[in-house]
Amino acid sequence: MNEIANIIIIVLIILGAFLSLVAAYGVIRLPDVYTRNHAASKSATLGVMSILLGALLFFYVKDGFFNSRVLLGIIFIFMTSPVAGHLIARAAYNSGVELWDKSVQDDLKDAPHMKKAGSKEQS
Amino acid sequence: MKTNDVILQTATKVVLFLIVLFSVYIFFAGHYTPGGGFVGGLLTSGAIILLLLAFDMKTVEKILPVNYMYMIAAGLLFAIGTGAGALLFNVPFLTHAFTDVDLPILGHLSLHTAALFDLGVFLVVVGVTMIIIKTIGEDD
Repeated sequence: MNEIANIIIIVLIILGAFLSLVAAYGVIRLPDVYTRNHAASKSATLGVMSILLGALLFFYVKDGFFNSRVLLGIIFIFMTSPVAGHLIARAAYNSGVELWDKSVQDDLKDAPHMKKAGSKEQS
Repeated sequence: MKTNDVILQTATKVVLFLIVLFSVYIFFAGHYTPGGGFVGGLLTSGAIILLLLAFDMKTVEKILPVNYMYMIAAGLLFAIGTGAGALLFNVPFLTHAFTDVDLPILGHLSLHTAALFDLGVFLVVVGVTMIIIKTIGEDD
């Protein structure tokens, strides 16, 4: 029983560290703000969540101590990190950061409030 | 340009309760675990600052009609009151008292007057932080 729990904990923590590494690699390698933001906010969220879940399980198995603060932290990160990613991407778009030159689709360009913002920037 | 902050505002409404709950927990757990009045006060003011980020200042003043100047004064009064209360019992200034109480609903409680001192620290920290943020934010 204990060995199975240990293996689960090890897998969770290594998976979390690996996902955080993937997020850092994506921030370096991807071409523009939006794709970088996509890599950072998705992959790092799941990475940190699985590291925290591993820590929660470790202290529960080792000491029999259920740390509800870590569970609260998992829920908190799950709720707030995508919102932060959304706000960063939206702020970048509203301040006129260009998309990658090979991207083919920009649905927001025809949105009515974006047109007004674009004309305000040009004038 | 009229922006639409519905994602930020909805997330704030959910997350705010978590932050306030956690700050109250940190405040009360300060005697036996890491935490206390300072960290709890900073977390509470962080929650109010999140409200200020998601909504505008007038809405937040309507939600929390608190004069933070009075909050600082009340906190200092709590701190000096717990200190001076010791003088009434013929012991030196800032001598704290400790009792265990068994209440019918709440169960076994360890009550310490240092918690009241910590409440003073909490109120002063929240008041000072909010006054700093609001006076910087108000001048356009």
